[in-house]
Amino acid sequence: MHGIDFDIAHMLAGLLVLMSFLMLYQVRLLPLLNVLAAHAFVLSLSVSWQAYIQHAPHLFITAGIALVFKAIIVPMVLRRMVVRMGIHREIETVVSIGLTMLAGLGLVALSLEVMLPLTAGAEPVVREDIALALSVVLIGLLMMVTRRNAVSQVVGFMSLENGINLAATGARGMPLVVEISVAFSVLIAFIVIGIFLFRIRERFDTVDVGVMDEFRGGRQ
Amino acid sequence: MSEAASPWLLLAQLCQMTIVMALAPLLTGLVRKVKARLQRRVGPPLVQPYLDLRRLMLKEVVLAENASWLFRIMPYLILSITWVAAALVPTFATGLMFSWSGDLIVIAGLLGAARFAQALAGLDVGTSFGGIGSSREVMFASLAEPAIIMIILCVALIAGSTQLSTIADHMANGEVGLRVSLALALVGLIIVALAENARIPVDNPATHLELTMVHEAMVLEYSGRHLAMIDLAAFLKLLLYVSLIGCIFFPFGIAQSGSGPEFYLLGLLIYLMKLGVCGVLLGVLEMSIAKMRVFRVPNFLGGAFMLGLLGVLLLYVSRGM
Amino acid sequence: MNILSDLLPGWFDPLLGILIIPLAAAVILAMVPNYRISAALNVAAAFGSLGCAVTLLFERPPPHAFLLVDDFNIVFILLNTFVGFTTSAFSASYIAHELEIGRLTAWHLRFYHAMFQLMLFGMNLALVANNIGLMWVAVELATLTTVLMVGIYRTHEALEAAWKYFILGSVGIALALFGTILVYLAARPVIGEGMDAMVWTTLVDHARGLDPSLLNVAFVFLLLGYGTKVGLAPLHAWLPDAHAEGPTPISAVLSGLLLNVALYALLRFKILIAANASAIAPGPLLIGLGLLSLIFAGFMLYRRRDIKRMFAYSSIEHMGIIVFAFGMAGPLGNLAGLLQMTMHSLTKSAIFFTVGHVAQVKGTQRMADMGGLTTTHPLLGWLLVAGVAAIAGLPPFGVFTSEFLIVTTTFAREPILAVLFILGLLLAFGALLLRLTDVAFGEVKGPVGPVHASYLPVIAHLSLVLVAGIWLPPPLVVWFQHVAALLG
Repeated sequence: MHGIDFDIAHMLAGLLVLMSFLMLYQVRLLPLLNVLAAHAFVLSLSVSWQAYIQHAPHLFITAGIALVFKAIIVPMVLRRMVVRMGIHREIETVVSIGLTMLAGLGLVALSLEVMLPLTAGAEPVVREDIALALSVVLIGLLMMVTRRNAVSQVVGFMSLENGINLAATGARGMPLVVEISVAFSVLIAFIVIGIFLFRIRERFDTVDVGVMDEFRGGRQ
Repeated sequence: MSEAASPWLLLAQLCQMTIVMALAPLLTGLVRKVKARLQRRVGPPLVQPYLDLRRLMLKEVVLAENASWLFRIMPYLILSITWVAAALVPTFATGLMFSWSGDLIVIAGLLGAARFAQALAGLDVGTSFGGIGSSREVMFASLAEPAIIMIILCVALIAGSTQLSTIADHMANGEVGLRVSLALALVGLIIVALAENARIPVDNPATHLELTMVHEAMVLEYSGRHLAMIDLAAFLKLLLYVSLIGCIFFPFGIAQSGSGPEFYLLGLLIYLMKLGVCGVLLGVLEMSIAKMRVFRVPNFLGGAFMLGLLGVLLLYVSRGM
Repeated sequence: MNILSDLLPGWFDPLLGILIIPLAAAVILAMVPNYRISAALNVAAAFGSLGCAVTLLFERPPPHAFLLVDDFNIVFILLNTFVGFTTSAFSASYIAHELEIGRLTAWHLRFYHAMFQLMLFGMNLALVANNIGLMWVAVELATLTTVLMVGIYRTHEALEAAWKYFILGSVGIALALFGTILVYLAARPVIGEGMDAMVWTTLVDHARGLDPSLLNVAFVFLLLGYGTKVGLAPLHAWLPDAHAEGPTPISAVLSGLLLNVALYALLRFKILIAANASAIAPGPLLIGLGLLSLIFAGFMLYRRRDIKRMFAYSSIEHMGIIVFAFGMAGPLGNLAGLLQMTMHSLTKSAIFFTVGHVAQVKGTQRMADMGGLTTTHPLLGWLLVAGVAAIAGLPPFGVFTSEFLIVTTTFAREPILAVLFILGLLLAFGALLLRLTDVAFGEVKGPVGPVHASYLPVIAHLSLVLVAGIWLPPPLVVWFQHVAALLG
């Protein structure tokens, strides 16, 4: 039916969606960071494959950044932070895991429903990359909404960024400017996150966002 | 329906029925041996399950006073249903005499019937252990059933049919290519198999603590030949699942219908190898992870359901282009 | 007219000037330890950018692949650099006071000044970008720098505000990028792969050939993404906290400039959609969001106790008005929206300057603890009154002109919407009046020390708004009318 190009791209994109679900399933912080690393690893594989079939060698750089930075460095640093802060206890999710996963499945179905008809004119690889990338983005959003712990919200955000990366590389021929910008934004975002998490640690003895909300001035 | 009712096909079918019955205890014996070795014990000999069955057959049946006729009939029922199901799954060859009835949905239904019988029997005598066991078993089943239906759907969409012979032939042909949906279905099926066969991480088959029993609790009241039949049914169920995984996802070496006897023999040898590998892997898996708490099992099985559903969605994606 | 360009050497390109000056200043300011020098440098750099922008008024370079100056962004470039300049002047004196009372240290100030210039760079880049990817990068850079600055006080509330702003802003950024990718996808079959399909002028030229359904979905994502940055309800949750907890110059810049830049980015895409006849006009969506923001903010204004938070909700309200105007579309609606953007920027920043002084004098931001300003600090008090009158939409200030235009055009077409709109305006008017009469008039509350800063920025802004209310310079009107036509 389709060539090997499509099959492998489909497999890698599908694996990325699976990793997103695995992230939703995790209750404890340290395995969550491992899944984050796996997520970024699968992304780098997918981007490398895109680089190969599009004959676009500059995408290998993006894949390299995803591998080194997002799959290795970021999870390592986050792990160290988490251990130092002593918060490797259970994450309290707002909604139960079963419901969250069902919602995630609903989002996947929704994004497939919306994106597949829209991109009817493009090649199959592009179409399915964009559709599955939107699923990853939406699941990342779901994760950010259903978690109370600041670290897991950040993990959700990073998976969202990975989804955007998948979309950007899937759209054939997107210029380098955007790719560097996406990598650039992750770098800066992480530095900011790091600063924030540290500052939060100095102020509170928890990174539970619910506790932080108590200090909100919004009711003034 | 096989028009050319060749005597070979009939013979092969009968062979399959005997072979599954004969090999089932050996598989469980292998798993136990592997686990023992990993625990640095010598462990019971490989043929221990046969010896256990023989011992049980010779023992007297002790029945509770308030046991009904249901209690006495169930073991026969469970054994026969499971045997039929196990005999229908292609092991070393496809296109056998009764393979037209070997449908995935039929298998799921048969196993469901066996489980129903088992649960009723557990409840029959009115002890609390039986009650716990039955209720837990049915709770797990209510989550595993949707999962297995999803997996069946996923596999059927790829292969174009729910009949196991057709599926095995289709997968063996090599046209399938690389499919992430198949990988998802495989993982889902493994999870369901672990749950259905009362293996770690869902249930501990070697436990004697009431709090952790599921399957064991249901059969606590049985003795003698009844217990032997139920144990044999459990062995057969494990064999069934292993054969199922083998014929859907790893169908190399299965003899196609209409090939000569040397292919059947080759298929048999390869099937024995697959059983061996699966037994060892199962033993290693059971030794590597811990049993999970009962209230986490729904999440686990829900994960299997989700994997199946995700596989179906991804198939929809690739088909829609 | 070309005296200025004659004065400058031939190699100096003012378009690059407004980008390079802030960038270089950011680098230099990160290294200067003495805060007085860095404040002065800050003002000087902002003035340099302003000068370049003025030059651009007279001599417009032709559009090139990455940068572009046209009728739409020239006004905003000028406005941006002007407000940046006045804010840096305000901040020079305001920050000195913060240092004195110990809320900030010298290291913080280095960071603050460098981030300030970096933010101006980001905003200028976003305004002159011709490449939709570049525009996205620039908006994101500007947002990130403001996030860092909002959290600078490092109190509980400031950290929470900055964290919320960061999270919501990042989600907005991601959605906006997805929308940008979809626009590229729509353009690819028509224009071809590569850089050309991201150049805005090329996109507009070929707009008729682009796939309308894909453009529609892209616009929805862009609206959600950039709309979060604009502060439209229900995506506004970050705005009040960020305004209240950050230093006052940052509140001024957020309200006055960043919201405008985000809206500008959105409008660029609206021009693209308008050029494609079969794409669904985003009017109803914009009208809905605009009215929602307006009325929601109007109600929220009544219960605010913190003065900066109150004006933050006022910003949400005005953004709602602007988006409503663009939703109504048509030549008058769009013109009114553009005018409102300019007037709001000037007025709101002036108000925040005043509020900054008031908060410094009174030592608190709670309105219950401040009162009788016109008695103790007459100039400050009356400037506050003038600012509030301007923002509430009273004549003869410029905001009245644009709101009046909106009302007339809405009445002519959809009277019910006009009624809702006026309801929102009256709600806000009432709340502002109610809360601020006590602050400006009434009995004296809170400490009455002298004010340590200059009133020049405030007076400059408010006089501009007053003049605009009476007389709009003809070239400005022509540019705006041209852009209004483009916006469809």
